Amino acid sequence: MSAPLVSLKGLRVAFDEQPALRGIDLDVAPGESVGLVGESGCGKSVTWLAALGLLPGRASVTGSVKLQGEELLHARPDVLDRVRGGRIAMIFQDPASSLNPVHRIGKQITEALRLHRGMDGPQARAEAKRLLDQVGIPDAARRLDAWPHELSGGQNQRVMIAIALAGRPELLVADEPTTALDVTIQAQILTLLQDLRKETGMALVLISHDLGVVADSCERVCVMYAGRIVEQAPSARLFEAPAHPYTRGLLGALPPLHGPRRKLSAIPGGVPEPWAMPPGCAFAPRCAMHVSACDAAVPEPVGLARNHRAACIRATIPFPQDQVAYA
Amino acid sequence: MRTGGELLVAEGITRRYAMRRGVLGKSVEVRAVDGVSLKLERGRTLGLVGESGCGKSTTGRLVLGLERPDEGHVEFEGKAMPAPNTEAWRRARARMQMVFQDPLGALDRRLPIGTQVAEPLEIHNIGTPAERAERTTELLRGVGLRPDQAARYPHELSGGQRQRAVLARALATNPALLVCDEPISALDVSIQAQVMNLLVDLQSSLGLGILFISHDLRAVRQVSHRVAVMYLGRIVEEGEPDEVLHEPAHPYAQALVSAIPHPGKVGRGIVLQGDPPNPADRPSGCAFHPRCAFATELCARETPVLKPRSGDGRMVACHVAQGEVAPGNGVLKEAA
Amino acid sequence: MIRFLGSRLLRAAITIIMVVTFAFIVLRLSGDPAQIIMGADAPPEAVDAFRTAWGLDQPVLLQYFHYFGAILQGDLGRSMRDGRDAIVLVAERIPATLALTIPALIIKLGLGIPAGITAALHRNSFIDRAVMLLAVAGFTVPSFVLGLLLVLVFAVQLGWLPSGGQESWRHAILPIITMGVGGAAVLARFTRSAMLEVLGQPYIRTASAKGVPWRAVVWGHALPNAAIPTVTIVGFMVGSLIAGAVVVESVFSWPGVGRLLVVAVANRDLAVVQCILLLVAATMVTANLVVDLLYGLLDPRLRNQPKRATGAA
Ligand SMILES: Nc1ncnc2c1ncn2[C@@H]1O[C@H](COP(=O)(O)OP(=O)(O)OP(=O)(O)O)[C@@H](O)[C@H]1O
Ligand SMILES: Nc1ncnc2c1ncn2[C@@H]1O[C@H](COP(=O)(O)OP(=O)(O)OP(=O)(O)O)[C@@H](O)[C@H]1O
Ligand SMILES: [Mg+2]
Ligand SMILES: [Mg+2]
Repeated sequence: MSAPLVSLKGLRVAFDEQPALRGIDLDVAPGESVGLVGESGCGKSVTWLAALGLLPGRASVTGSVKLQGEELLHARPDVLDRVRGGRIAMIFQDPASSLNPVHRIGKQITEALRLHRGMDGPQARAEAKRLLDQVGIPDAARRLDAWPHELSGGQNQRVMIAIALAGRPELLVADEPTTALDVTIQAQILTLLQDLRKETGMALVLISHDLGVVADSCERVCVMYAGRIVEQAPSARLFEAPAHPYTRGLLGALPPLHGPRRKLSAIPGGVPEPWAMPPGCAFAPRCAMHVSACDAAVPEPVGLARNHRAACIRATIPFPQDQVAYA
Repeated sequence: MRTGGELLVAEGITRRYAMRRGVLGKSVEVRAVDGVSLKLERGRTLGLVGESGCGKSTTGRLVLGLERPDEGHVEFEGKAMPAPNTEAWRRARARMQMVFQDPLGALDRRLPIGTQVAEPLEIHNIGTPAERAERTTELLRGVGLRPDQAARYPHELSGGQRQRAVLARALATNPALLVCDEPISALDVSIQAQVMNLLVDLQSSLGLGILFISHDLRAVRQVSHRVAVMYLGRIVEEGEPDEVLHEPAHPYAQALVSAIPHPGKVGRGIVLQGDPPNPADRPSGCAFHPRCAFATELCARETPVLKPRSGDGRMVACHVAQGEVAPGNGVLKEAA
Repeated sequence: MIRFLGSRLLRAAITIIMVVTFAFIVLRLSGDPAQIIMGADAPPEAVDAFRTAWGLDQPVLLQYFHYFGAILQGDLGRSMRDGRDAIVLVAERIPATLALTIPALIIKLGLGIPAGITAALHRNSFIDRAVMLLAVAGFTVPSFVLGLLLVLVFAVQLGWLPSGGQESWRHAILPIITMGVGGAAVLARFTRSAMLEVLGQPYIRTASAKGVPWRAVVWGHALPNAAIPTVTIVGFMVGSLIAGAVVVESVFSWPGVGRLLVVAVANRDLAVVQCILLLVAATMVTANLVVDLLYGLLDPRLRNQPKRATGAA
């Protein structure tokens, strides 16, 4: 693997003393696409908000976030302003409230163009129109003058994507970028992102709970649980041979497209309360393969195959294939 | 439980917006919803799918009476929808709830979620304070939130947790109709599964009618009894989920179904050619024809209507699928 | 737009009618103007003559209708005390009042808004606590207490400024400060909470994530949004330009509209009281109307479409 573009080391975040991230180690190589999946509330968004210094003041963040060797954590504001939007761009969950309600769409895009590409006036406007066209918004020229509340949910989401792409970032962190899009437009957007990766060498971190989307767009997938990465593997491998019981649970919860409709097999229980984390593996209380050794200590990631690691003491046992649900 | 009997009937509803360019610019008309008719029975779910921006959310707002249709009318429980902000409307509103696409926007930032879940109970004067508190806890548990999280503010929750709070609030008044606009798109699969199971359970115990707007065709199949596919403000196909999703008749529905990603699948299915349609400048004839691989000259000329197909009785608005004309090879852009 | 203005004007008219009626009832039921104006030891014949002259011997309801009829014809009546037109009496006093309230408004805006913004930007810092402490103090101390305190310190103890009257601009300083500080405190608290609310919104985070420098985030993204709720309270302050100085004018014996009102009430001088109330209601209503129009200007969501409903009914 080449020198990483972005490297997170021991990233920890706590809100009011309650940990949300418990040590994330993750490298993203230039041009690479990494998927980040995991249960709601496991810390996927917080990881990247912390990396870019976008968390509110009362979050305490420790560890290290390096962009080609340059430390970003607690960096000076002018350093961060250059990086944000220009070298690392982020697309947020909740597109509708992430756009400023009193600014026109066009202004919100050209602002990024002005900051990172020195464009102004008609030139910026033309580029903004091109970006809106690129993300598939019909009637782009007129939509530049629309307000966010005049667009549909999916249109707003695509405006967010256009804003993130405006700065030609080296790394795009896309947090649930297609939740409000139908599958055909979703496919267009994912194709667009892949094309941009090929053309510009942009790296992509795709946060999604849609395993299909992740399988489709990412070379490598990291599965998070309760503030840690519990499994990572090349995506084909992960979907073929998931090693961590939690990953298996996630795949099993996918509603099938064919066959009889059964009650979905949601993973029983919920994520443990932050103040009542089990001493050992955080997934142990919900795990069907739980043994007493699981409670002894937090399991370290073990290598299972090339680039495949899982933080589970029972992961060496091969799982029966038939329990892996696909479509 | 009561099932059967029309809960909601919408006939030919149309909603236009004026969109202006610049402050003084000429305004053009955007037809967000263009003559949509739908029916929903008690205890049933209608899935509404379609391209982003095709008017699904607007349809949801229209059937709830949050906006008035410019044409057509909506009936709820056999009565015409009262005008917004009247007393009758408020009473009807307690019986129908909406779960929005954007949970952050739907929640009040300044109030803890527990308070917000209890709010509809207070507004409609349901129960004593102690009963309300109990019901709030029960509702939060029902959607998989911990009772202690009732004290959290919306921004202190993750995306999925927020959406569950919205759902709990919508269920507080025991509504008869639930319009869910992308209710699960912010949730991870495991909790999506919980919420879908929850919806199905609630439906069978309370006889809830649900209009389920979603992009997630798997989810739609999982919860719906019927599915309607929308394209540019109109319904182009309607039927049983398995029929529509396994053997779509309309070419747009075919493209939609083929684009569903899943782990282990290679390729992207039918990638639609051409630009997404511009609602301010509707193509002539069938709105889909400029992007349709089978379009004929008839398609560019005449608007197909939604009617049962001879043979299997599938509701579809397409000249080709109806067998009125042999499949063409698409119409050149110039002809459009 | 026309419909909007129409319904606004109708509501304004109703408000004004209610205010006028209320004043009529209170003043008429709380004392006999004839007796008060003529003095307690005036001969009964003189008092009766006064009553007849001013129509006070007629049934109250009839007086009310007369009074209203006159207003509708644009006649606001005459002062029972010196027989001059009420409107002239009041108009004479307006410049004096504005001489206090306009500079005070400038202080409120110029001090309150920046203080509120600074406090919000440095939340929980020393600055924030200091500003909020001052704001709470300025907010809770009634203006007559503050006025008297200022008089004690600057006029009595230090002898720097005069304690009352209207001879020179120096006389205006203490009353202006008294009014300005209280209003600035209210505005600072309000601006701070509006700003905090906005700063927590996801679109502020979006702006930062775009690489917008923090100053520009505050000016370009946060302030226009925070202005929306703040406009309400500023509108209220503008609306009270005419009559917001009753207490302060009394404390500093400043001959403005407020003082006139106090004297007129004491005399049960109905025409003058009513005239002032009408003026107050009219300014309030106008200010409200302007605020509503400003809302539309500041918030595109309110412009044409019905507001997007959020949440449960
Ligand atoms: N500002 C905050 N204050 C307090 N707690 C927070 C804050 N932001 C996030 N959290 C908590 O941190 C945890 C991780 O949140 P995060 O948003 O990263 O989840 P996520 O993995 O992105 O989930 P989802 O898929 O639902 O978006 C959650 O338990 C959440 O409640
Ligand atoms: N207030 C408005 N003013 C102008 N145009 C509007 C307004 N609201 C919606 N529209 C337009 O109406 C069309 C339909 O919007 P709607 O929100 O119903 O789409 P949708 O099907 O819900 O899309 P999505 O799946 O992306 O949420 C869009 O083109 C949108 O831009
Ligand atoms: Mg998230
Ligand atoms: Mg929508």
